[in-house]
Amino acid sequence: MHEQSIVQSILELALNNAEKANARRIVCINLVVGDYTGVQEDAVNFYFGFLSQNTIAAGAKINYTHVPGQLRCRDCDILFPLQKHDYQCPKCDGKRIEIVGGRELYIENMDVE
Amino acid sequence: MAVRTLTVKENILGANNEKAEENRKLLDSHHVLMINVMSSSGSGKTSLITRTIQQFRDKYRIAVIEGNVSPSIDAEKITQNNVLAIQLNTSGGCHLDAQMIRKALDTLDLDRTDLIFIENIGNLVCTADFDLGAHKNAVILSIPEGDDKPYKYPVMFVEADVVLVNKVDVRAHFDFNLDTFPGIISGMNPSARIYPISAKTGEGMDRWFSWIDETLN
Repeated sequence: MHEQSIVQSILELALNNAEKANARRIVCINLVVGDYTGVQEDAVNFYFGFLSQNTIAAGAKINYTHVPGQLRCRDCDILFPLQKHDYQCPKCDGKRIEIVGGRELYIENMDVE
Repeated sequence: MAVRTLTVKENILGANNEKAEENRKLLDSHHVLMINVMSSSGSGKTSLITRTIQQFRDKYRIAVIEGNVSPSIDAEKITQNNVLAIQLNTSGGCHLDAQMIRKALDTLDLDRTDLIFIENIGNLVCTADFDLGAHKNAVILSIPEGDDKPYKYPVMFVEADVVLVNKVDVRAHFDFNLDTFPGIISGMNPSARIYPISAKTGEGMDRWFSWIDETLN
């Protein structure tokens, strides 16, 4: 159910931008999705197909760019990727870790006619 | 017709975030503190809120916004304490959003309210992604759930102002390591307060009550 409201927001954002540009049809929407958002492509596609019916976004393809989780050690300042559930610095073994990447959820751009 | 590319670069939750900011401003203009209580289902949100109401009902004017996936007994438990409870039924939806909260706020007399608790949907996965306009986030993790949950649901714990470790009265029966747990939270979120409590027995609740007092005053 998480994706239903996310898709509703994607659709509203896309339709608003298309309307401002006097577009007649939305061809594709390029989404940027961080791994921490838990947004699932299949669920987004399913709800998008359903919710976009009878709009100028009907039939539009959604392309996904995934952003992996990225962490930063607050002590030695190094960046490292999220691996498994390991919130430990690979250099100093410290546990003072900040999430710096992977929470993105936005429309980069979209193709319209 | 030719295909052209429109640059958008807009956050999908941007509209929700704007609405949440409006909620916060509305509350600020009436000097109301709103606390968003989040946890898994069964961690003790209703018990915590009920116990907190009992502590403060003669001191502060309290309202509760109850999020439920279906009608439940939670609102009845709260109203037994002579506190206004507004029930939001999401019909299966897994989180509340800022617009739902706005509708609930519009039914309250904010000039006669000091403190609002939002009892969010029981879910550690996505509730923290939706800013509701609360001033503070309180996250409950209960002893039987295990001390590894911050690693599984980091966003929830990163967004927390207070982490309440509930059901410490049954800690002898579980592997939850209360000695190392604060280090896990403070590593991810150095500013979070961590209070081990039992909403059932009242153990440790004083620090939570003091935090509410400090935050309100």
